[in-house]
Amino acid sequence: MSIQNFEQHFQAQIDNEIKIEPKDWMPEAYRKTNIRQISQHAHSEIVGMLPEGNWISRAPSLKRKAILIAKAQDEAGHGLYLYSAAETLGMSRDEMIADLHSGKAKYSSIFNYPTLSWADVGAIGWLVDGAAIMNQVMLTRTSYGPYARAMVRICKEESFHQRQGFESLLVLSKGTAEQKAMCQDAINRWWWPSLMMFGPKDTESTNSDQSMKWKIKRKTNDELRQNFVDMIAEQIKVLGMKLPDNKLNWNEQRKHYDFGEINWDEFWAVVKGNGPCNKQRLAARRKAHEEGRWVREAAMAYTEKKKSKSSLEAA
Amino acid sequence: MGIIMENRLTNFILSIADTTLILAQRNAEWCGHGPILEQDIAITNISLDLLGQSRNFYQYAAQIIGNNATEDSLAYLRTEREFKNLLLVEQPNGDWGQTILRQYLFSQYQYLLFEQLQNNADEQLAAICTKALKEIKYHVRWSSEWVVRLGDGTAESKERMLNAIDELWSYTGEMFIPAEYEKEMGIDFNALQNNWSAKVKALFTEATLSVPENIYMQSGGKQGIHTEHLGLILTELQYVQRAYPNSQW
Repeated sequence: MSIQNFEQHFQAQIDNEIKIEPKDWMPEAYRKTNIRQISQHAHSEIVGMLPEGNWISRAPSLKRKAILIAKAQDEAGHGLYLYSAAETLGMSRDEMIADLHSGKAKYSSIFNYPTLSWADVGAIGWLVDGAAIMNQVMLTRTSYGPYARAMVRICKEESFHQRQGFESLLVLSKGTAEQKAMCQDAINRWWWPSLMMFGPKDTESTNSDQSMKWKIKRKTNDELRQNFVDMIAEQIKVLGMKLPDNKLNWNEQRKHYDFGEINWDEFWAVVKGNGPCNKQRLAARRKAHEEGRWVREAAMAYTEKKKSKSSLEAA
Repeated sequence: MGIIMENRLTNFILSIADTTLILAQRNAEWCGHGPILEQDIAITNISLDLLGQSRNFYQYAAQIIGNNATEDSLAYLRTEREFKNLLLVEQPNGDWGQTILRQYLFSQYQYLLFEQLQNNADEQLAAICTKALKEIKYHVRWSSEWVVRLGDGTAESKERMLNAIDELWSYTGEMFIPAEYEKEMGIDFNALQNNWSAKVKALFTEATLSVPENIYMQSGGKQGIHTEHLGLILTELQYVQRAYPNSQW
C-alpha cells in the first residue's frame, strides 16, 4: 500500500468508529498529537496532587483527611495508567517526565493556582474535577483505544471526586457565617480558572480541526465549556452561593446560559508560566525526582545483584 | 468494668490511636513527592490504612468516654501533653531511607503487638486489631523489601540506611517498656521484645546492616512527654478545628 492508501484506510477506520490500536499504522501527526495530549493529561494528574496535597495535613476532620488522601492517591493511579497509555505510542515514561521537568511538556494550567483555604479543596473537587469530567466523558470515545479505555476507568473515580467536592461545599454552605464566606470566596477564585480549563475559543484553537477529524476530540472547546456552565449554574443554586459573573443569565432562545468573557490575558499569562504557582509546582516535581534518584538507583542496583546471583546459582 | 480499669483501657486505646494517626500524618507528607510514582502510591496507601486504624480506635475510645466525645474531638482538641503516641512515629520523614526504616521498625512491632491483641479479652479491641493485621502484614512486607533493597543497594543507599538507624534507633526502646495503662492489658512485653529483636536482626542481616548495641533509649511518648516535633505536627493537624471552633466539616 502507498502512504496515501494507508491514510485512507486509517481515516476509514476512524469514520467507522473502529478504535486505533498501538500496532496499527497511524499518521505521524496522529501519534504525536496523542502522545502530547495523553502525557499532558498524565502530568496534570501528578501536578494536580500538589494543590490538594497542600491541605492533607490540615484537613478539618479525620473523615475529610481520609477522603482527601484517597483522592490524591486516585490521581497518582490515573497518572500511572495514562503514562502507560502514552507509552504504547513509543515514548517512555522517563522521557515524558524529562519533558515535564524541562518545561517542554505542559500540564493543566488550573494547578498553577494556590489553595488558600479548606473550601478550595471542595471547590477543586466540584469545579475543577467537574470541568475535567466534561472533557473526559468525551474522551471515553476518543479514537485511540488505550486512551479511551483508560478514560472509562478514570471517569468513574472522577465523578466520585466531584460529588465529594460538592458535598464538602454543601456542608460549608449550611455552616457558620465564616464557613459560608470561605465557601463563596473559594468559588469566586476558582470559577474563572475552571472555565479556562477548556482552552482557547474555537476560533483561536490551533489543534481543534484535525483532532475533530481524527476523533481525538468529539466536541469543541466552546461546546464543552457551555455544557459545563449550564451544569454548574444549576448546581450552585443548591449551595445557595453565587457565581462571580454578572452576565450569567439563562437564554431561553439558545436554551443555554449566557456568560461573561474570560480574561484571556490571564489565561495566556498562566499558560506561558506566569501563574501564581507555576514555578513552585515545577520546582516541587523536580525536587521529588532529584531526591528520589538515589532510591531508584539503589533499587536498580539491588535488582541487578539479585539477577547476577541467581544466574550464578543456575550456572 | 471498674473506673480504673476503664481509664486504663481508654488510655491504651488512645495511645494506639495517637500513634497510628501521627504516623499517617507523617507518611502523608510524601503524597505527591515520592521517589517514583508507584512508591508515592504505596506510602500514601499505608498512610490511609493507618488513618483508618486510628479512626477505629478513636471511635471506640469516644464510645467508652461518652460525654459527646467523637473521633474528631479526640484527635483535634487534645494537646501535645495528652497525646500518647510513640516518639518513633513523630520523628521527621528525613529521606526515603529514614521513612522506610521508621515504617519497618514500627510495623514489625505493631504486627507482633496486634497478633497478641487479637485474642484480647476486650472483644471490640480484639476485633479492631484482627482487622488491622491484614493491612499491617502488607506494611511489614513492603517496608522489609525496601530495607533490604536500600541496605544492599548502592554505597550511597547503604550509607543513608546507616544514618537512618543512627537517627531512629534510640526511639525503639519505649515500645517495650509498659506504661502504667498497658500493664494489665494482657500483653507479654518480653515476648514482644524478643520476637521483634529476632525479626529485626534477621532482616538487617539480609540487608547487610547491623543492629546497634548499647544505645541509650529515649522514652516518654506514652506518658505525653514528646520530642519538639509533636507540637508542630499538631499545630498543623488541628489548625482548622481550632481556628473555627464548634463547626461541622
